[in-house]
Amino acid sequence: MINKDSKTILEVRGLHATVNGVEILKGLDLTVKSGEVHAIMGPNGSGKSTFAKVLAGHTAYEVTAGTAMFEGQNLFELTPEERARAGVFLAFQYPIEIPGVANSQFLRLTYNTVQAQRGNEELDPLEFDDFVREKMKLLEMSPNFLDRSVNEGFSGGEKKRNEILQMALLEPQLGVLDETDSGLDIDALSIVAHGVNELVNKNNAIVLVTHYQRLLNYIVPDFVHVVDNGRIIKTGDKELALELETRGYDWVGVEYQAANLAMATQGAA
Amino acid sequence: MSRVTSIRRPPAGYIKMLLEEQSQLPTSPLMGVNQLRSKAVDYLGTLTLPTKRDEAWRFTDISALTKLLFQPVSPVISLENTDVEHFYLEEATTRLVFVDGVYAPELSVMTEESGVTVVKLPSADAIHAELIELHLGRHVDLEDNVFATLNTAFLHDPAIITVARNTPSSAPIHVLFIATQTGVASYPRCLVVAESGSSMTLIEDYVALQGSNYFINPVTEIALADNARVNHIRVQRDSPEAFHIANCSVSVGRSSNYQSVSVALGSKISRYNLNVLMDEGAECAVDGLALIADSQLSDTHSCIDHSQPHGVSRQLHKCIVGGKAHAVFNGNIMVRQGAQSTDSVQSNGNLLLTDKAHVDTKPQLEIFADDVKCAHGATIGQLDNEEVFYLKSRGLSDNVARNLLTYAFGAEIIDRISIPSLKHQLEQTVLEQTSIKL
Repeated sequence: MINKDSKTILEVRGLHATVNGVEILKGLDLTVKSGEVHAIMGPNGSGKSTFAKVLAGHTAYEVTAGTAMFEGQNLFELTPEERARAGVFLAFQYPIEIPGVANSQFLRLTYNTVQAQRGNEELDPLEFDDFVREKMKLLEMSPNFLDRSVNEGFSGGEKKRNEILQMALLEPQLGVLDETDSGLDIDALSIVAHGVNELVNKNNAIVLVTHYQRLLNYIVPDFVHVVDNGRIIKTGDKELALELETRGYDWVGVEYQAANLAMATQGAA
Repeated sequence: MSRVTSIRRPPAGYIKMLLEEQSQLPTSPLMGVNQLRSKAVDYLGTLTLPTKRDEAWRFTDISALTKLLFQPVSPVISLENTDVEHFYLEEATTRLVFVDGVYAPELSVMTEESGVTVVKLPSADAIHAELIELHLGRHVDLEDNVFATLNTAFLHDPAIITVARNTPSSAPIHVLFIATQTGVASYPRCLVVAESGSSMTLIEDYVALQGSNYFINPVTEIALADNARVNHIRVQRDSPEAFHIANCSVSVGRSSNYQSVSVALGSKISRYNLNVLMDEGAECAVDGLALIADSQLSDTHSCIDHSQPHGVSRQLHKCIVGGKAHAVFNGNIMVRQGAQSTDSVQSNGNLLLTDKAHVDTKPQLEIFADDVKCAHGATIGQLDNEEVFYLKSRGLSDNVARNLLTYAFGAEIIDRISIPSLKHQLEQTVLEQTSIKL
């Protein structure tokens, strides 16, 4: 929700990033304020997932230019774990499996690590068990998922629910959801979306990276951005997503090039 | 007082030196045992210690062993239950304890379980004597396996467990070998005979009271008749200075099921040879974990031999290698001509934690039948960067993330141990080694 007295959570300016020496992000700008939901859409290979990983600090991506301020701190000076503790959360498109480690152990370890860094109380296994079971209700997850190994043998939908469960536990200021809708059937999608909606409040913000408009029927964005060739080429509201669904992405690129050409012609004249 | 003496004689004479006190063994009441021993001594006259020139030992240099001389020990240092009870497992109501290779009745507990008999040689009745003659020394190869033969030469007071026909599974039997002294050689021996339709769980556990050097040379033979089930858990947590060279031979009868999990944590140099002979329709799952650091060497050689049709075998062997340690895995799956419809999957995963850690792996399939389903593979690597990143993105430090993944790599095997208290002990050991608090 767009609020008048909101504060800026994330401010990205002129972001360039490369992977294996290939430039993927080519001057991306984005401002996210508290209470807002932003959708980042775009064709495959446009750079939207790269953007999500750069925000979380994936070492395979090198930031070559630009800045990203997160609540007044330079995000790029922080390690991935420092970003997580400061309140950046990335829900992975492909969450990893950790056979041999119970989900409850993993969730408590991350919860307590982050709480300790924030100067809060850690929870012992019994306290944590009550706490996490309450959060799991939000995602309609069976308590059985606590005893199973982290993500091992989980279906696609179960993995995504487990991601949002982690977001619920870590209570980030900025949640970045990378293709959280991919591989979900409509029931799972509505449960995951419901969970996300319950977590959004006027003090935090969500960035949804998605290829399809479908998710946005459930999590209604305040802004829809189209990424192409490593930068945002169009910003609109939720209506833009519907238009993209019917017309595809090509026209946005054409419009953007025409506008650039017009500007260049004006400049020349 | 140390019994270790440095020697500079060639390894050829080494066996002779090890055998010096062999002739002082008391005569066994079972003629078969005496015959077996003297046959072993005869074979040893023709056998030499393996060197790196032997194919089966090319990665495992045991010359450090031959620089030290070990002797069997007697009398045994007397231990109190309080000294060793932290090794006891609450699930096991029958516990056989051997101290430096010598049976310690005062630490052992025998519970009368119907159908399960622990046989002591001097008091073996005629029926059990017959079983012993039928199986002892019959499953392990003596002719060209110098260490199995050396053990047999010292065959004296083995742990023998028989499980009568159709005995349902009961509490696990814990055979605990405790090393207490420096410089001693011990030759533990186990025989398990699971008769038709029976089911049992054996925990073979090697522990040390202190970090001393000693030589331990166990042999275990397990015979499963038709439709039997044996769950075999083997834990080698010997002293970091120990030499542990072990052989285990298993004969899995028709439609029988053998499950084993072996965990190797200790010893300076350890070698485990596991041979599983599969009859028609037999099933086995043979899993292993070696977790080693510093300059330890841990070598597992396994052979699953499908000699008859419709056998099913599964093997997952993992090595976590830190420091300058060296892990060896040689896993042979043999599918003989006529062993049609064999279904076999073998995989070996290795995690190298440092630049100096080293692994040699050789998964092998030898197939002489034409209608089989077999797969095998091995991976060697460091921790996956995507996995580390995932954990760091949840706030865990680089170090904790790596340790957690290392723990998880091993925990997948430990998870397969069906004894909760032992599983917990081993999980704690791995957690300590990886400095993780869960």
